[in-house]
Amino acid sequence: MANVPEDLHYSKDHEWVRVDGDVATVGITDYAQNSLGDVVYVELPKPGEEFAANESFGSVESVKAVSEVFSPVSGSVAEAHESLSDDPEKVNTDPYGDGWMIRIKMSHPGEVDSLLTAAEYEDFTKAETE
Amino acid sequence: MTAVAPELKKTPLNNLHRKMGGRMVDFGGWDMPVQYPAGTIAEHLRTRTHAGLFDVSHMGEIDVTGPEAVQFINRLTSNDASKLIDGQAQYSALTTPEGTVIDDLLVYRFAPDRFMLVVNAGTTEKDWDWIASHRGSESVELKNVSSDYCQLALQGPDALEILQALTDVPLADVKYYHFVEAKVDSVEAIVSRTGYTGEDGFEVYAAPDKGEQIWNKLLEAGAFGSEEGVLPCGLAARNTLRLEAGMALYGHEIDETTTLLEANLGWICKLNKGDFIGRDALAKQKEEGVTKRLVGFAITDRGIARDGQDVLIEGARAGNVTSGSPAPYLKKNIGMAYVPAEFAKEGQQIQIDVRGKLTGAQIVKTPFYKREKQ
Repeated sequence: MANVPEDLHYSKDHEWVRVDGDVATVGITDYAQNSLGDVVYVELPKPGEEFAANESFGSVESVKAVSEVFSPVSGSVAEAHESLSDDPEKVNTDPYGDGWMIRIKMSHPGEVDSLLTAAEYEDFTKAETE
Repeated sequence: MTAVAPELKKTPLNNLHRKMGGRMVDFGGWDMPVQYPAGTIAEHLRTRTHAGLFDVSHMGEIDVTGPEAVQFINRLTSNDASKLIDGQAQYSALTTPEGTVIDDLLVYRFAPDRFMLVVNAGTTEKDWDWIASHRGSESVELKNVSSDYCQLALQGPDALEILQALTDVPLADVKYYHFVEAKVDSVEAIVSRTGYTGEDGFEVYAAPDKGEQIWNKLLEAGAFGSEEGVLPCGLAARNTLRLEAGMALYGHEIDETTTLLEANLGWICKLNKGDFIGRDALAKQKEEGVTKRLVGFAITDRGIARDGQDVLIEGARAGNVTSGSPAPYLKKNIGMAYVPAEFAKEGQQIQIDVRGKLTGAQIVKTPFYKREKQ
């Protein structure tokens, strides 16, 4: 069963968000990394780039496939996790920790409220699997 | 993650794949494992360093028997089946009158009047229709026996030793592209020294209800679960292994729009063996020269090429990627593509349109990977 930490917010595109003030850290969920398989390449935006909620900010590639990653919130990129380009497998081994992808300075922090809670996300993935 | 549609075909090992945690996907109408819990990279690497076990029961088998079986096969395929001896297999292709490819296949000779064709899963029906509708005056009997067999491929440097534990036939005596009829764990089987990974290895054909037994015995003999033991492998690893080995995949490098010569398969076009479907077109193309050619490339920038993406040469769109993927053993991003013949040379710089980003690559020699002969 996929790991879904209680203290995070989730999108239906399988990203997670950790909120610290007006900064949101974004990555993909354990469920997502498991579905993708071995991650071999991560493409991330540059600091300063702006994204609207649900806009694609990069891509994550497994041996077999490419998936876009979407920003669950609007804002500008404060930091991109550059070391993922050398160690993309961190997305598999530590999706909620060292596998984080970007930090976004949120322009509309209220958007977080419309994301899924851990319990809601768990139900959502169960429904997708069935 | 949608539920499996009920109409998907299943191999005799379907339940076992699910039990072992295989991630199942629709592959040309077959419900097949794309990977097991170890993951594609581990499966790929283990096959290169020790052994991998693949369920390839979805492949099709067609028996061709009768006194003129070889004449019939030689009229429909491009390689020369008359060169085969009993117990030998040959890579060949079913060709259209234009010299393009209906399918690539293996031709097995059991006896001068008894052959078996092993064809791709997704094309089995098409091949059967093509073969059956091109019967001529030769005295042959044709039978689609696809459902009479399961097929397991055990590949890698440890394959011989593992399989030897289950059979009395000395496998070291079976030469590459030869086969024997032997008992494997007391089950009647065809044991063929062939494969699709670039490694030494065997493909075992047996009755479908014996599939699970042989699979489990091979895992046991191969110390599955230990650090250097055999790993069950899914279709994703099968694809990356064959790509590193520079082998064509039907529907990608070859299809009914590309000729054997364009696909660098001139070595299976025996233009002097007598007439066959597509011979004249291939002879003409050989004389005039091809206008496009299949090449291998390695990405020199960051990025991964994927199937279907455009190839640019000197800034102009010039071809397309037929297969593109990371190469887990070589640790490079590689692919194959069709390019205009004048650019089909090693060292040629090309670009791949990777979802709008022009990514540098260089044409390189294939196969990308070649095992060291023992």
